[in-house]
Amino acid sequence: MNTPQRALPKLAVVKLASCDGCQLTLLNCEDELLALAGQVEIAHFLEASSVVRPGPYDLTLVEGSVTTADDALRIRRIRAESRHLVTIGACATAGGIQALRNFADVDEFRRTVYARPDYIDTLATSTPVSAHVDVDFELRGCPIDRGQLLEVITAYLAGRKPDIPDHSVCFDCKRRRTVCVTVAHGTPCLGPVTHAGCGAICPAYGRGCYGCFGPGRSANLPALIPLLRRDGMDEAAVERFLRTFNAAAFDEAAFDEEPRS
Amino acid sequence: MAVTKHGEGTSRGKATARTEATARTEATAVIDRAGLDALIKTLTADGRTVIGPTVRDGAVTLAELDSADALPWGWGTELDAGHYRLVRRTDGAGFAHSSGPQSWKTFLHPQREKLWSAERGPDGALTVRDERGEQPSYAFLGVRPCDLRAIAIQDRVLAGGRFADDGYQERRRGALLIAAECTEPGATCFCVSMQGGPAADAGFDLALTEVISDLGHRFFVRVGSEEGARLLAAVPHEVADMDTEARARGGVSLARDRMGRAMPPVDLRTLLGASPESERWDDLASRCLTCGNCTMVCPTCFCTTTEEVTDLTGDHAERWQRWDSCFDLDFSYVHGGAVRTSARSRHRQWLTHKLSTWHDQFGSSGCVGCGRCVTWCPVGIDLTQEVAALAAEREGADDE
Ligand code: SF4
Ligand code: SF4
Ligand code: SF4
Repeated sequence: MNTPQRALPKLAVVKLASCDGCQLTLLNCEDELLALAGQVEIAHFLEASSVVRPGPYDLTLVEGSVTTADDALRIRRIRAESRHLVTIGACATAGGIQALRNFADVDEFRRTVYARPDYIDTLATSTPVSAHVDVDFELRGCPIDRGQLLEVITAYLAGRKPDIPDHSVCFDCKRRRTVCVTVAHGTPCLGPVTHAGCGAICPAYGRGCYGCFGPGRSANLPALIPLLRRDGMDEAAVERFLRTFNAAAFDEAAFDEEPRS
Repeated sequence: MAVTKHGEGTSRGKATARTEATARTEATAVIDRAGLDALIKTLTADGRTVIGPTVRDGAVTLAELDSADALPWGWGTELDAGHYRLVRRTDGAGFAHSSGPQSWKTFLHPQREKLWSAERGPDGALTVRDERGEQPSYAFLGVRPCDLRAIAIQDRVLAGGRFADDGYQERRRGALLIAAECTEPGATCFCVSMQGGPAADAGFDLALTEVISDLGHRFFVRVGSEEGARLLAAVPHEVADMDTEARARGGVSLARDRMGRAMPPVDLRTLLGASPESERWDDLASRCLTCGNCTMVCPTCFCTTTEEVTDLTGDHAERWQRWDSCFDLDFSYVHGGAVRTSARSRHRQWLTHKLSTWHDQFGSSGCVGCGRCVTWCPVGIDLTQEVAALAAEREGADDE
């Protein structure tokens, strides 16, 4: 039991370029929020309170990718203020949907989209936090899974490794007894190369996984592409399929010349 | 047609004595579709959870049945490596399908099971509670002969050795098995070349063979245990006529020659044991997604990991057991990292264990030739072909 005198670990939730959906997952933990507030001091969480307590923080959850020079500096400051830094969501772990710019000409976007392109100060790429600073744990998903977020926090509080399996979505399909949409219906599915975590929601509703948790550590994307083609996707469709929330990460997995470990 | 009154309950013995009667001396009978329905109702009235095949989401899956209406009447399956489609049959057969995405381990060895929980009281003292609870008493309807053999293999692994799994043991002890012999083997079936076959030889309480002719749609029944005999006595049935028996036995015996695939006739144990450096593994690794589907659908794969769950306060903890797979990178994690990091080493581990070292460990092969791993592998990797390639490579090496 906790004695009231014990200083609680300080929690910070910060964001870079992102939609806020992942941090909101924390607020969506309605049943557990009170218990959480009893275990950590919520020191910095703008979605919940405008009161900001200064660092250092014991546990920092970072949402969003690095898309500006200012973000790149800020993430260094955040790292310096954080004992344990966990990135949450596809933006923070893989650059997010905004990493589509990595395959295009940002200056052209700037000129085409904005009336005053000179107002826009942005980097040419969107990169994951891990490309800039050391990250203690990456929690995938677009958005992240509520249960997995609680597991990461709970494991941190207990001083143990979070139980976040790194296998394919197929594991979860089989465990929840979903009939494989690829084998039984010829529906293109990214499940075999995608990191589990969502509980295999899409195949359970008869559609293919579209990879919002990004590639698993041992994803063999080149072996899956012929299957996507067989099931009716042309080259452009395959590219679109892979370039969604984890565009940069799937791109790397698909075209990496390095032999898989 | 009723000879015995429907509804006399069968008592549920703890350890059913399974008579290993040969085909010639065992009791036989014939039931019709109404008899099959009565069978399900009797088992349910007896407090059993009846599990059997039923159509869901474009496949014949296993689920709880409350009447024979839920069986996949008129459905067959078109199978190939990485391919499964339901097809309509004109004969209305209910057991002419094969290689569904689940096996009975879904129920006997469930994917996740709570083992125990612990509570820390205000004084810091721990109270540990066994969480296995009472296990359901199952009746499995439509167990294929390959799956009977797969259950026998899991029995040796999970209930036979020094480290028995209590939950499995209890579920298994209470389970009644009604086999369905095969007259329509699938294109991915190869049980005959794994020293099995389409006839149920042991380990069942009742074995059914579906017979459809101008004389009607019926089931030839063989009794495999006293429990099975009691159950049969409780449902409308007739003495087996010669026509039904001859068609049933003939259909099963013809099925032996209609296997969709065959494992090459080599000594698998020696071949796999001698092939750790084979080049074929690299080729295989380039095609394998390491998705793990093969192990999840395999009726003999039994590996689990433990999962420790704590709540935010740290005062409540639970231990769960859940399915794991040798295709998971973390499966071979020891201090500092995983031992089998490459797809090559993981696939080799799976196939070598299944076909070779399983003999050393459990006294038999770990493969019964059900074909599920072939059918449900998204990229259609077929172990019979992989073995053929390994054998060819080995032969080439021997010739040099
Ligand atoms: S539906 Fe997709 S994720 Fe599920 S088993 Fe099939 S390929 Fe894997
Ligand atoms: S053999 Fe097929 S099912 Fe098994 S891990 Fe490889 S790709 Fe997945
Ligand atoms: S290895 Fe494949 S064919 Fe053999 S028992 Fe397992 S799933 Fe069936």
